[in-house]
Amino acid sequence: MSAAGTKAAGGSQGGRFARFIDWVDERFPLTAMMKEHVTEYYAAKSFNAWYVFGVLALLVLILQVVTGIYLTMSYKPSAEDAFASVEYIMRDVDWGWLIRYMHSTGASAFFIVVYLHMFRALMYGSYKSPRELLWVIGMLIYVALMAQAFTGYLLPWGQMSYWGAQVIVSLFGAVPVIGDAIVEWIRGDYFISDITLNRFFALHVIAVPLALMILAVVHILALHTTGSLNPDGIEIKKTKGPDGIPLDGVAFHPFHTAKDLVAIIIFAIAFCAVVFFAPEMGGYFLEHANFEPANMLKTPPHIAPVWYFTPFYAILRAVPSKGWGAFLMAMAIVMLFLLPWLDRCKVKSIRYRGWSYKIALTTFTVSFLALGFLGMQPVTPVFVYAARLFGVLYFAFFLLMPLYTARERTKPVPDRVVYHGHH
Amino acid sequence: MNRRLQSGLVAVTGLIAVLVLGPAFASGGGTLNDVANNDIRNIPSLQRGAGNFVNYCSGCHSAKYVRYNQLARDLQMSEDQVVNNLMFAAAKSTETMEIAMRPDDAERWFGLVPPDLSLIARSRGPDYLYNFLRSFYLDPSRFTGVNNLMLPGASMPHVLATLQGTQRAIFREAEVNGTVQHVFDRFEQVSPGTMTPAEYDEFVRDTVNFLDYIGEPVKQKRQSLGILVMAFLVVFLVLAYLLKREIWRDVR
Repeated sequence: MSAAGTKAAGGSQGGRFARFIDWVDERFPLTAMMKEHVTEYYAAKSFNAWYVFGVLALLVLILQVVTGIYLTMSYKPSAEDAFASVEYIMRDVDWGWLIRYMHSTGASAFFIVVYLHMFRALMYGSYKSPRELLWVIGMLIYVALMAQAFTGYLLPWGQMSYWGAQVIVSLFGAVPVIGDAIVEWIRGDYFISDITLNRFFALHVIAVPLALMILAVVHILALHTTGSLNPDGIEIKKTKGPDGIPLDGVAFHPFHTAKDLVAIIIFAIAFCAVVFFAPEMGGYFLEHANFEPANMLKTPPHIAPVWYFTPFYAILRAVPSKGWGAFLMAMAIVMLFLLPWLDRCKVKSIRYRGWSYKIALTTFTVSFLALGFLGMQPVTPVFVYAARLFGVLYFAFFLLMPLYTARERTKPVPDRVVYHGHH
Repeated sequence: MNRRLQSGLVAVTGLIAVLVLGPAFASGGGTLNDVANNDIRNIPSLQRGAGNFVNYCSGCHSAKYVRYNQLARDLQMSEDQVVNNLMFAAAKSTETMEIAMRPDDAERWFGLVPPDLSLIARSRGPDYLYNFLRSFYLDPSRFTGVNNLMLPGASMPHVLATLQGTQRAIFREAEVNGTVQHVFDRFEQVSPGTMTPAEYDEFVRDTVNFLDYIGEPVKQKRQSLGILVMAFLVVFLVLAYLLKREIWRDVR
């Protein structure tokens, strides 16, 4: 870890490159950082497939930033030109269609990857002490991601862009007393207009991505402070060899990087299958109505947000009063922040937890997916009652958690991780 | 193994639940539900469709994101052929398919500006367009003299009536959600057009095919490039897997 040690090691290799690294290390902790975060960061060898989604999320973030930069070169953030400039990108810019489809597919891919990443945390207790802050930072990333998706969706200036923004921005009107003022402040106008589009563009290309990148770095720093957990929920730092290296850990590079590369290619295959063969994904990734330019005089018959927002949208619509609906929708996200303090069980991994948590997590997962489905459907009495049922189950998972986790009948947790070897 | 199964089970149960909930709750409506069966790889069909478009649609509807020279490239025509056969409203082949009708005139004549058709196949889908162009029926209560089954109260007159002829819609009474409603039953030809019904369907199919193509001109290139990309990734996957196995060989 010390700069002097690395200098000696590097220097003995001789060579011009090693001397250059020495020169840098005397001025910047390059080698020390590489060791701390890459070559000497130890994570459990027993990671399963659920542990690839963090790396994939980082990959998608980079993909979105790079494709986003290229889109910005041809996109025009004005109500007059926005829709036409997107079609210009699709038809006249060299490879514009590929960049645009990568960016639009990337938005949905980001949420898929992040939802699976969060589900992993729920299964293996990755949010529990000492990783509470890691979880909270991750939740902040999730909120920033929602802001990013929302502001980005307005930019193509299609019918769904416009009316989706109209519906979601108006939710802030549910805040007592100052609600209407907030809505006006967000829009910068009395309705969604050119002014709104321009400020959403600023938020989407500078403010939110900047926050996302900083939060991602902070998330990784927090992770590397506590260390990564594993499917057994066991702290590998407790069992170290004489060299101070966790016995059940292997270095991030080359071991986990080699594994992650396989995961990245499998992800790329799925991603490219969408980009090249189904970029609209049947209307779920690119909604059909959004191929019609925004028209403030013509409300679409059926306004539905993109799939990743629909669980919360279903909760909003399940409540008869708009104010309480918006409040509960916000609380549905707040609940997730509180998770580390709601769960009283000391055992982390679902492998050793009691039946009560397993049932609760299954119910929660079913509810979340069911709400997601219901949020896409038109409002019918049956669907509204279904959304209320699943909404209650969603909140029950969190609110009853201190009760059903307090005296959970857990199984004994082994001292070392379970590892069968890889094939 | 058993533990891995347990944790996986939680995820799988959730998925199944939604799939069970998922079946479409389609409502029984009175519309045409025919399938367009068009094929954007059929170049002669696209060429005929382009001709149909400029002759029958582009009087009122623009396709303002579509360039004539792109048509020439994709429909395997020379630029001269495009200029002589398709380009009535533009001076240069690099221009897009704009129209001369002014929006405020259009609004005065039809009550609304006829929509640009560049992306109509992407917002409505080819099947909808195929049914729409075959569902005009006589309705004296409308200012155009016709109504449309797919878009009731449409402002568009039946510009293809000389080809298709005119038809009457026959409705029957049926019970929908507990109330008796008029539901579309069938069309009945009133006067013949210059085309037989089968010829007219082909005419519409070609036109819809063209609209489908202009919705995303790059579609064919996208798909053929996609196959190469997938092939590359599969090879890359094999190599990456072998590398991973080599690196993890001694981990016990």
